[in-house]
Amino acid sequence: MTNNSSNIPNEPLARVTNLTAAYQDRVVLENVSLDVIPGEILVILGTSGCGKTTLLKHFIGLMKPAEGNVELFGEDWWLLDEPERESIIQRIGVLFQNGALLGSRSMGANVAVPLEQHTNLPDTVIDRVVKMKLRKVGLRGMEKLLPSELSGGMRKRAALARAMALDPPLIFCDEPSAGLDPATTYNLDRLLLDLRDNLGLTMVVVTHETASIRRIADRIAFLDEGKLIFTGPLEDALTTDIEPVSEFFKMAGESVNS
Amino acid sequence: MARKDINQSFKVEDNGKICILADLRRGGPPRMLEGLTEAVKAIEGDRIEIDLSELDKMDSLGASLLAELAVRSRVMSKNINFTGISENVEKGLARYYFPSPSVRLPKKFYSYVEALGQKIVNFWEDAGDLLLLVSETVYWSVVTLWRGDGHRKGGIEAQALSIGVGALPVVALIAFLIGLILALQSAEQLRQFGANIYVADLVAISMTTEMGPLMTAILLAGRSGSAIAAEIATMQVNEEIDALRVMGLNPIRYVVVPKVWGILITAPLLSIMSVVIGITGGLIIAVTSLDLTPRAYFLEAATSLFLIDIIAGFVKSLVFAFLIVILAAYFGFRVKGGPEGVGRVTTASVVASIFAVIMADAALGLLFYM
Repeated sequence: MTNNSSNIPNEPLARVTNLTAAYQDRVVLENVSLDVIPGEILVILGTSGCGKTTLLKHFIGLMKPAEGNVELFGEDWWLLDEPERESIIQRIGVLFQNGALLGSRSMGANVAVPLEQHTNLPDTVIDRVVKMKLRKVGLRGMEKLLPSELSGGMRKRAALARAMALDPPLIFCDEPSAGLDPATTYNLDRLLLDLRDNLGLTMVVVTHETASIRRIADRIAFLDEGKLIFTGPLEDALTTDIEPVSEFFKMAGESVNS
Repeated sequence: MARKDINQSFKVEDNGKICILADLRRGGPPRMLEGLTEAVKAIEGDRIEIDLSELDKMDSLGASLLAELAVRSRVMSKNINFTGISENVEKGLARYYFPSPSVRLPKKFYSYVEALGQKIVNFWEDAGDLLLLVSETVYWSVVTLWRGDGHRKGGIEAQALSIGVGALPVVALIAFLIGLILALQSAEQLRQFGANIYVADLVAISMTTEMGPLMTAILLAGRSGSAIAAEIATMQVNEEIDALRVMGLNPIRYVVVPKVWGILITAPLLSIMSVVIGITGGLIIAVTSLDLTPRAYFLEAATSLFLIDIIAGFVKSLVFAFLIVILAAYFGFRVKGGPEGVGRVTTASVVASIFAVIMADAALGLLFYM
């Protein structure tokens, strides 16, 4: 289809335009337009309840926009028919907040789900791919374990392995570091950077861990009460005088007493 | 008693001054605020003095009580001011006394007609969702027949095992007891007419057409329906359902369809078993208290049953099984509000499926025997 378009630099891999979202009467996103540029880690940022996760859900086609458009790889998601969506879906990976691993399946079987669904590979090859992906996220030899037998950090890494199963060029992560200790967060961040640098992945990361943001973000999109009030490189975000943004970074580094 | 409490907790002086006597910390004695409000209302004039000189400490609860009193007085267009404030009380008031009108969210007001309309709209939408789920489930269940059960190898077998084999002992026991009770309750009546042998007909027909499928279904609703609803709701809460969607898997096909086939295979088998065991349960009574031989009992039971009875029982067990899974899935997917929602929808699914099973039993009974 439009496989080529994603190879032209600056052609966004994903884009929302004039997106408005509402739960019943409550407007959650208002007129948000955002591009995801190939090769970057775009961090969607904002205080709790500002619509970050909602925006992410629109990107990955789980929510239908009330107004506005969602494009993935240059295709308007909601104008596609079923087979076209199927082909788009294979080119994105999603890491959910708590991993969202299927509880009834082992780690390996979880990573195998997209492979079984979208390829005709024989089981032995799938096994090989699963092992490789799990090794990549540092979970060597754990494919037989159930998600309930793992720690939160391991579960997230396994979920990342699953998101990468089909080598998608674009990965969405919903609060990858939520509920993790700083060391585990650090390792996860390093993993994300490694994926960007060595595999050329593009990532959209929703988070509000400032330490994490400083490490991984190439570009920041800042949401405040459903409005996109800032988009730009990390350095600009750190020096901007748009109030909620500067407040956000300032307060993160400050002690309560001052 | 309450009256006395109030009397002791404050007094109204002749010049319209209210003197607080009770310690207001922890909110003072019971019905303090009501008493004070009454007193304020009774006093003429729009400036009311409240003497706090008897108090030596003030906490947040007491200060909030006074604040509420101030607001209530203002509503009656009276102003209260405090006198005799000691240093400690002053401190407490400074920290905690905020007589701003309590913020109450505007209540959404519905007239009865509106509420009724809203109910109907909601019901309509829910019914639409349910129909959608049914049609998708049927579609994918049928597709699964010739395309294989997708990518969850052994899904149907595993479900059939967990739904069917796990339920065997309890279904068997209940069926045995039901057969026994049916025979026991009718034995006395039948004996009066010398119609002992007809206990076999009674037990055989009622087990085959009613009790077998119905009791099996009720047990399945409680045992497997609740488990299915809880499983799907948990998957929904954990975003596993979302994850399936973004991986391009149809959640209904992946999660619901194996359960549909699993229960459709096992429910009739369980029903058949429960019928056989139920009839055997009746045999115990027939032999022990109605002087029948087992041979006579089984012969009579066999001749009493017509094909339509067996078909009715079979169809019923299939319909009940489908209802149980569909309602469990419906409530499971509808879960709202995190983990505590899981318990809610699980309960709702069991109640709804038992209700639906009994409704369907009545409807099918009419259909087959009218």
